[in-house]
Amino acid sequence: MRSSLDKPIGVIGAGNFGSVIANILARNRKVILYARDEKVVRRILDKRENRGHRMHKNILPTDDMAYLASQCDIIFPIVPSEHFRAMMKKLSPYLHPYHILIHGTKGFDIKLPKGETIESVKTLSRQQVKTMSEVICEESVVIRVGCLAGPNLSRELAQRQPGATVVASHFQEVIQTGKRLLRNDRFQVYENNDLVGVEVAGVLKNIIAIASGALSGLGYGENAKGLLISRGAVEMVYLGRVLGGDTKTFLGVAGIGDLVTTCNSPMSRNYTVGYRLAKGEKLKDILEDMEEVAEGVNTIRIAKKCGDYYKIRPLITDTLYKVLFEGMTVQDALDYLMRYPLNVDISFL
Amino acid sequence: MAMAEILVEKKNKNIGYEPILEGIPDWPVYQLSKNRKEFLEEVTQKSIEQIRLLRPSRKQLIDELETTVFREQNRLKRNRWRVDPKDEPKFWTRVKNELIELSNKPVEETGKKEEELLYEIVHRYANEIAGSFKPSSYKFAREAIKFWFGRLLNGARVKKFGAYFRNQYTLRDKIHIVGKVKMLRSLATKGTVVMVPTHFSNLDSILIGWVIHSLGLPAFLYGAGLNLFNIKIFAYFMNSLGAYKVDRRKKNLPYLETLRMYSNLAIQKGAHSLFFPGGTRSRSGLIEKQLKLGLLSTAIEAQRNLYLESGAEEPRRIFVVPVTLNYHFVLEAPELIEDYLQVKGQDRYFAEQDNYGSFQLIKFLFKFFTKGSSISVSIGPGLDVMGNYVDDEGNSLDANGKLLNPREYFMTNGQVTIDKQRENEYTRLLSARIVSEYHRINRVFASHLVAFVAFEMWMRKHPKLDLFGFLRLPEEELEIPYEEFREMFKKVRKEIYHMKDKGKVYHATHLKGELDVVIRRGLDNVGIFHLKRPLLKNKKGNIITQDLNVLYYYHNRLVGYDLEKLIG
Repeated sequence: MRSSLDKPIGVIGAGNFGSVIANILARNRKVILYARDEKVVRRILDKRENRGHRMHKNILPTDDMAYLASQCDIIFPIVPSEHFRAMMKKLSPYLHPYHILIHGTKGFDIKLPKGETIESVKTLSRQQVKTMSEVICEESVVIRVGCLAGPNLSRELAQRQPGATVVASHFQEVIQTGKRLLRNDRFQVYENNDLVGVEVAGVLKNIIAIASGALSGLGYGENAKGLLISRGAVEMVYLGRVLGGDTKTFLGVAGIGDLVTTCNSPMSRNYTVGYRLAKGEKLKDILEDMEEVAEGVNTIRIAKKCGDYYKIRPLITDTLYKVLFEGMTVQDALDYLMRYPLNVDISFL
Repeated sequence: MAMAEILVEKKNKNIGYEPILEGIPDWPVYQLSKNRKEFLEEVTQKSIEQIRLLRPSRKQLIDELETTVFREQNRLKRNRWRVDPKDEPKFWTRVKNELIELSNKPVEETGKKEEELLYEIVHRYANEIAGSFKPSSYKFAREAIKFWFGRLLNGARVKKFGAYFRNQYTLRDKIHIVGKVKMLRSLATKGTVVMVPTHFSNLDSILIGWVIHSLGLPAFLYGAGLNLFNIKIFAYFMNSLGAYKVDRRKKNLPYLETLRMYSNLAIQKGAHSLFFPGGTRSRSGLIEKQLKLGLLSTAIEAQRNLYLESGAEEPRRIFVVPVTLNYHFVLEAPELIEDYLQVKGQDRYFAEQDNYGSFQLIKFLFKFFTKGSSISVSIGPGLDVMGNYVDDEGNSLDANGKLLNPREYFMTNGQVTIDKQRENEYTRLLSARIVSEYHRINRVFASHLVAFVAFEMWMRKHPKLDLFGFLRLPEEELEIPYEEFREMFKKVRKEIYHMKDKGKVYHATHLKGELDVVIRRGLDNVGIFHLKRPLLKNKKGNIITQDLNVLYYYHNRLVGYDLEKLIG
């Protein structure tokens, strides 16, 4: 049998982040990159270019999942969360228990009762809200799963600016594999065994990113942002714990690290949503202008309904929910938060 | 007495099973005990290897041995049992002295003395743990059990002295075996079965021994609590049925490693095994939520080793079979729940105690077999060591029913590898799978359901009290009008039918039928022989309790199904 030391590494999803990760992996190993669209495969083959990234010569693009799964023991699925389960269903028949999957998707998967929509459902429990690693385990025989998360803006990674990520898994084997494959002189990799915590942190920070854009849109400066980030972190801890994460994780690279980066990146979609809301635009109009979904909008819905189910009150999330879906203005929301009589600084340690 | 008419028992249809293996000499457990000496030597050697891996340096090993001696001497002082060997104090004193001498001298003078001591200790433990299966005693024990239980049953059913010698009733009328019997018998011929039952009562060990025999399976190797060996008559039966001894007082590393290795190697050699993965009896009456991972991991290690050593060909497969035992009545319930309530919320271990002598147990057995109260044993479907379902041939299936090869779970870079951390994680997953199977194959009795409904209804009437506050209420103050109780019982029973259709739980056939009859059956059977009945009707026909704690215990059997939400 051929050793997987020279087997190629699989990447599923040729989006922005997927392309960047494929390029990082290709520095060390052969990579097979799956793209749904045959035209993308063609383009990478012919022009060595995708989404503005120059694609490494070690990358072989394909639109054949079966081929990818048969060639690679280690696969990085990086597709948007709303397509993740469908992608897994397609991939699953080709997977074996020896496969290792490390995903790079930040988002939740929602299972709704019949006849309900995400708008109509009253509360959401952990039975209905799944992380991507849980989707992998539900849909396939693969058990050795992990995820990577952290302050990873694709643009900066592509420019080889210094950065770091967290590889999280219950399995040391998976963490060490991820580390070996991803690490280079400009990219540091940290270990964490709180898989759920790392996944949840990566999702929840999008809520705070919207708030950050909103503050900016109102014209406020760095004091306000400092306040938001620190209180946002506390809120993430509380929400994260009921969803199964560990407090410590939220203080790490995938928690605070990712949060600070996202709140300071005006290019991000979540930030833009908040910014334009503060400028008085309607959510509907903002979303219509966007090509891709701002993950945070959905996250606010989910987090609020989880909070209701588990009877905790995430203040920033609840208030943003009112802004997004119940017509509260950003200014009123801010006034409300500033008047809120809660002033214990740290209560979770 | 009204008992006989209440417990209308249909004669069991299964008339008995042919043995799957012809003669006892073919039985793996017999093979093991025939080569006892070599086997124990192998257990000793491999345990030592394992311990040396965990404590590689001389200093670490000496420290470990010192801890062991300290704990053992402590045990001798505080908690000695009749079954303990007589020479123990002398042995440990000597080891202690040699250790003191050892740690004062440099390596050059002592040589490998610490390794010799380790060998002595581990070998001693291995001998202690090992059972000795003797075909002659097995046969005798089997016949004796059958004979005496038969006498008791018949004598009690028909109230005439002569009835003791009739064979109208047999154990099979008393104990209902349901579930995947055919599969279990098939798997036992295809590979090695590791049976993992729930544990509620001391009776479980004997009961399960009988079940295994009556299904035509060869004797299983099983780990029984050493406390049971204190009772001479038990010790005799257990020894002859192939039991090995698990001493829960000993928590030191050499002992635990030896125990694990014993089980691991026996499984690898094809001895069908049985252990109670909950560790001790469920104190609360809850179905086990957390299993002891130590013994469970031996099944996974054994399977991995078989893959490792087999090369390309398919080695012997190991199958995990969950089993639930369902009783109307658990003799020890009052003491168990007492224990549980005492330590709940506090970080204390249960002291392993030994409350029953031969006399109490025989008295209990007599009560049990002479009066009503049937038992059911549900055999779950077979799982591979990763918790995947297998088919009758023993092939592992994924969630969609597609074949998969469990060897691949142990592979990295195309090869089977040893990765302890990975296997610990697998053990955790397997344990979660077994727990969920327990809930699925659990059979709801009318007695469980009346206890659950009544307790929850009372709890709901005192929303301000926490559990402990509630349990302190005087029993006289609690009464539920029968009509109210009846309505609620109906509602919850309906939900259980529902859940059965979805494959989430089973129920006994006696749960069906006319509501009042089923409720009466439940009330008459719940905790039937306790001095204070957990649930009964008063003169007005309303529901009352004489012992809230024990009611709580029986109620717990149905916790974990989210049925509480039905009771408003």
